Amino acid sequence: MKTASKIYTGLVMLFLFAPIAILLVFSFNGAKSLSVFSGFSLHWYEELFRDSETLGAVKNTLILAVSAALISTVMGTAAAVGIHRLRNRYLRLALDTATNIPMINPDIITGISLMLMFVFVGRLFGAATSLNFGTMLIAHVTFCLPYVILQVLPKLQQMDQALPEAAMDLGCTPLRAFLKVEIPEIFPGVLTGLIMAFTLSLDDFVISYFTSGNGFQTLPIRIYNMTKKTVTPKMYALATIIFFVILAMLLLSNLLDANTAQTVKEAKEKKKARK
Amino acid sequence: MRKDSNKSGLGLIRSLALAPYSVWALLFIVVPLIFVAYYAFTDNNYQFTTENLTRFFTATSQVSSGEATREVRTYLLIFVRSLKLAVISTAICLLMGYPFALMISRASAKTQGVLITLIMIPMWMNFLIRTYAWMTILQDTGILNGLLGALHLGKIHIIGTESAVVIGMVYDYFPYMILPIYSVMAKMDVKLIEAARDLGCSGAGVLRRVIWPLSLPGVISGVEMVLIPSISTFYISQKLGNGKFYLIGDAIESQYVANNLHFAAAIAFILMLVLLVGMALLQRMANKRAMA
Repeated sequence: MKTASKIYTGLVMLFLFAPIAILLVFSFNGAKSLSVFSGFSLHWYEELFRDSETLGAVKNTLILAVSAALISTVMGTAAAVGIHRLRNRYLRLALDTATNIPMINPDIITGISLMLMFVFVGRLFGAATSLNFGTMLIAHVTFCLPYVILQVLPKLQQMDQALPEAAMDLGCTPLRAFLKVEIPEIFPGVLTGLIMAFTLSLDDFVISYFTSGNGFQTLPIRIYNMTKKTVTPKMYALATIIFFVILAMLLLSNLLDANTAQTVKEAKEKKKARK
Repeated sequence: MRKDSNKSGLGLIRSLALAPYSVWALLFIVVPLIFVAYYAFTDNNYQFTTENLTRFFTATSQVSSGEATREVRTYLLIFVRSLKLAVISTAICLLMGYPFALMISRASAKTQGVLITLIMIPMWMNFLIRTYAWMTILQDTGILNGLLGALHLGKIHIIGTESAVVIGMVYDYFPYMILPIYSVMAKMDVKLIEAARDLGCSGAGVLRRVIWPLSLPGVISGVEMVLIPSISTFYISQKLGNGKFYLIGDAIESQYVANNLHFAAAIAFILMLVLLVGMALLQRMANKRAMA
């Protein structure tokens, strides 16, 4: 790279990481100040681990993200399989349009629209509060679904279309052909979809904000409530932990990718050598 | 015979597989949007009214600048302000991001991987935390002013201004601009660029006539991915704008908090229509460009 490029890269990285670095540094600050560093301390981490509301929010977030990811992955994979072979042009267009809506619409509109429906339906049944864990789960599954479908569809298109039929010619039942032949072929897409759905759900604030009841608080909503008042560096400690968890996850997935790439490469070389 | 029944069996499985999603999409994607329109056009007793929409266009409030006080259309002003800040942020992201995406796509495969991972790390941090980090930097007693003070450069007041909100938007959504442009550029055929060079095209000519038109789909999706969240945000303006001025997202959120669901729906309805028209125009412009 040329010098100018290197300098520009450096500046962009400074812009991207300086704010995060500041959070990390000040999470270890002895005092409450956010601009003067007065000595290393783990005080704010202790505070964080004594904060039962935040810990509860972490638990809620994980429960919600795991449920939403599993449901949207199963339903989305099934949907992709159906959409892939759909011959009716109008039905296909309608489904594609519906799938695009949550991705194009701003989160605030997705959130508001679901909230209005939940409130209306809740009123019909005379419920005092219509927003709860269930409504949040519905909302999360809804915004995760398109991403799962978009991960699985290309894998179906890449698959040899004759494979499931060949399996059936060889005596497989349709269900068995689907489970034993099609699913393994598209599995990498399903897995990526699952991971995407999980992280999207984990990270969502806006849609959760409009569809959550009072009782169920996820981590982003907890952070929102914390930053409403004056913030203690406790939130910085939380941000630091989140940062390192993300970093570890990214490194791990890169490592796994490199590993699979390596195994595939080796397998190919072995194949070549045999020939 | 058996083969045929088997094939229709597979077809049946596929139709059955699609059924739950079709119902789900109808119930939780399409119907809620109808509810936005329904709430926008009804009053608290669910009777038809156009008052919510009229209120959006006609509500006025007093703005005092110095001595003079003038009357402004509250929500139109908010809308124009949101559009202005979102467009500025998107333009900055594009100006900063386009050369950067180009640079990454020209680097070695290994460097590309590292740089893309680095860009994605802040994206994975929750945007509330990212925005909050800027609040601590830009505050009057924050790190920026501490730094300026230490260098004897005086102090600047930036928190609570539109500039602070733009900084927040650019920071939060910058990676969303780079990634789609980069992914288009990475797939670009290098031979096209070499061919243009061989045929006597200058460096700038290659950029303008070859790289830019080819990267346009990436630019369009980058613009959409920055513009849409910027125009509809409410957290960034609350934190970095100190809640001193509203954006369209704040208007919706505050009506929601005040339990004025019908007016909140009306604002959301208008925002949705404007975005729909805007995106269609953008797409059309791009198609025309690509054809020319």
